[in-house]
Amino acid sequence: MSPAFDLAIVGAGPAGMAAACTAAGLGLSVAVLDEQPEPGGQIYRGVERLAATRPKQLEWLGPDYAAGLELTRAFRKTRVEYFDGAQVWQVEGASEARLFYKRRGAVGILTAKKFLIAPGAMERPMPVPGWTLPGVMTCGSVQTMLKANGLAPKGRFILAGCGPLLLLLAAQLVRAGIKPAAILETQINRWAALPRLPGFLAAPGYLGKGLGLLRELKTAGIPYHKGVTRLAIKGDSQAREIEYTCGGTTRTEPLDLALLHQGVVPNGNLAWSMRLEHEWDDVQRTFRPVLDAWGRSSNAAVLIAGDAGGIIGAKGAEAMGRIAAFAAAADTGKISSGDANARANNARSVLAQHSGARPFLDALYRPQQQWVAPPDDDTMVCRCEEVRAGEIRRLVTEQQCPGPNQMKSFVRCGMGACQGRLCGLTTVEIIAECRGLPVKDIGYYRIRSPIKPITVGDLATLDVPKREEAVGL
Amino acid sequence: MFQLLPDTTAQTLTVIVNGETVTVPHGFTAAAAMLLCGESATRTTALSGEGRAPYCMMGVCFECLMEINGEPNQQGCLVTVAEGMHINRQQGKREVRE
Repeated sequence: MSPAFDLAIVGAGPAGMAAACTAAGLGLSVAVLDEQPEPGGQIYRGVERLAATRPKQLEWLGPDYAAGLELTRAFRKTRVEYFDGAQVWQVEGASEARLFYKRRGAVGILTAKKFLIAPGAMERPMPVPGWTLPGVMTCGSVQTMLKANGLAPKGRFILAGCGPLLLLLAAQLVRAGIKPAAILETQINRWAALPRLPGFLAAPGYLGKGLGLLRELKTAGIPYHKGVTRLAIKGDSQAREIEYTCGGTTRTEPLDLALLHQGVVPNGNLAWSMRLEHEWDDVQRTFRPVLDAWGRSSNAAVLIAGDAGGIIGAKGAEAMGRIAAFAAAADTGKISSGDANARANNARSVLAQHSGARPFLDALYRPQQQWVAPPDDDTMVCRCEEVRAGEIRRLVTEQQCPGPNQMKSFVRCGMGACQGRLCGLTTVEIIAECRGLPVKDIGYYRIRSPIKPITVGDLATLDVPKREEAVGL
Repeated sequence: MFQLLPDTTAQTLTVIVNGETVTVPHGFTAAAAMLLCGESATRTTALSGEGRAPYCMMGVCFECLMEINGEPNQQGCLVTVAEGMHINRQQGKREVRE
């Protein structure tokens, strides 16, 4: 049986939407599956609805968010099969891809000649003492609520950590008239970043945006403490205060809500579950899939675009999506490889512009050791299975537990509902530190399907092919 | 802990959060409704029973597991509200039902 689609895409953010539009324009039949109820991904989350019902908030969120309207509208006008609210829980792929997904309470299977992974980024876990308390969330979560729900923090709240998103969120809230009580910026690496400044200066608009955000926060009079080396959130059943060390002095601030951020990393479980080849990026301090210039992975049926392939930002992700679509069109025989090459030129130059800014940003905000391998033994690492840093260290040093997969056998670390998404990088950094080895030698969790939880009842809705048909698969 | 920003023309609907009737805009998520109600812990963990609340709001952390229309273990941040939806805290692990 021939595949139902030429191209199946997981993710309807900038990379997925751009790939869908480009591929459909070249005559490919395209399916897009996305977990959220509306297109946009997290970066353009809810942008159509917000523009229609809360136009004033569009100004607060800024032009980079509003820019998502154009791509989202183009996506809506394009002839693709769009599966909103669909969770892909397994993908098998060799010469073609078979996607297993759950949508509206039922399970389905979809086949495609090529498969594009574009699930974007997630915030890097930032395990500090007390980060599991109610009243502790991520900066990204609040930005998502601003976009999707028009919901903003109330009471005394503090942003802690570092990265462009932290500053952007603070400025967006200030524009909405909602002022953070303070920003606690963890140490950044000015000197390491300095040699990479020329690329950043050459990239369009980056310097102006960064300085603009800092100026807005200064004008608003937000207390901005730099060089924070330690953080702890305290409270009995709810976050009540944050303790921070800055310049050797430890202080405490009361709060109702603490918002953490330590940069973003590829949202990797789908790529890992397909056993794609990965490499360690020591500047971004994360693994990422090995890709060629077109986004082709180590599996011939699978391409990756956007932040899932290494953090690049929305505009770079959009360009990568288009480049991957040209590759998919060439690989499925819709256009010649020479034609793909010529057509990709424009997207390639856009991608190059945005890639130029990354080395500086990556070096500036490279997380320091205490944020990726929490020194305090009591800090929770695996939130689901409640495994603390001290336990992981003890198992490595006393029980010779060598790696993250053995750690699963010892204490179920990474085996809870989130399937290691919120502890994977922390666990491997702690093991690497204890063993005195680089993280690339420690490896990562072996991620297995189902990568989203499904019930036996869900599985029972699956339209399983008859035995004789299945043999031919 | 959270407030609705002004200047919205979105239509509203009614949901029932932990037994209380609440009016929220169309397009809201169940987890956001819980936070708007000022809920602190929206679930307790299956292991130690400690309180947890939504953390990432984008579907990756699974901290916002809640009971929606009687169905436990739902990721509240991925569920769009509908008129009359019952959204409840989840205590510990879901129960096995006959």
